[in-house]
Amino acid sequence: MNVNEISEFIAAVLMLAGSIMAVISAVGIIRFPDVYTRSHAGTKSSTLAVLLTLLGAFLYFAIAEAFVSVRLLLGILFVFLTAPVAGHLIIRAAYRAHVEMADITIEDELKEVISQKEEEKDQSHLR
Amino acid sequence: MKQMRPNDMMLQVSMRLITLIIFAFSFYLFLAGHNNPGGGFIGGLMTASAILVLYLAFDMKTIKKAIPFNFTTMIGVGLLFAVFTGVASMLFGFPFLKHFFDYFQFPIFGEVELTTALPFDLGVYLVVVGAALTIILAIAEDDK
Repeated sequence: MNVNEISEFIAAVLMLAGSIMAVISAVGIIRFPDVYTRSHAGTKSSTLAVLLTLLGAFLYFAIAEAFVSVRLLLGILFVFLTAPVAGHLIIRAAYRAHVEMADITIEDELKEVISQKEEEKDQSHLR
Repeated sequence: MKQMRPNDMMLQVSMRLITLIIFAFSFYLFLAGHNNPGGGFIGGLMTASAILVLYLAFDMKTIKKAIPFNFTTMIGVGLLFAVFTGVASMLFGFPFLKHFFDYFQFPIFGEVELTTALPFDLGVYLVVVGAALTIILAIAEDDK
């Protein structure tokens, strides 16, 4: 195998792994019971899927065509930075809108914290 | 339930980083428009979206203090840029909007092609940024 074939093979493997990740994340979004677990599937594995696919494209162009695409690197960095924040914000909005958790949920630690904060606020208003 | 003031730490810290990347990329798109996909329009839209993301993460007053531009005048300045590049070629006896280009040597970048399409594109860029932000802020500015 020469260099081109090896680079094509590596890129193909990375992209295949990325697409399998995307399929897994889609299955997770359908199968999980509530918003919180669904976002767990949707945020993490689809981020990894995009990262693997972009990395495959980047490696292919870097080795086979000797073209280092800064835009692909920037895209990897950007998706890596933004996707978790987006998931965090959506889920926070869902929690504050009192979206129900699934029945199998055992513990909700945030509930105590938020009710405590509200009590403190009420008391400071009374003073 | 009483309205609690939310703590947007995660959004604000990440937006500081992300807007830097978006600004850099929009500037790249603006300069790359001559030979690659890009140009004044999508560069301007991207800058507008970067500023919009700042408006999302912080409140209106903070950003107004940080970016003290009047976006309505920005539209006017952009149009003046575009008209001026057209009129400038008329002053030398060429038709309106005649295009010139030449190659120059710069210390770091090496040989660079400079064209009069760039100031025209800068005009497009300013108009797009100004128009997009004027539309969005006019809708958003209902609160006191």
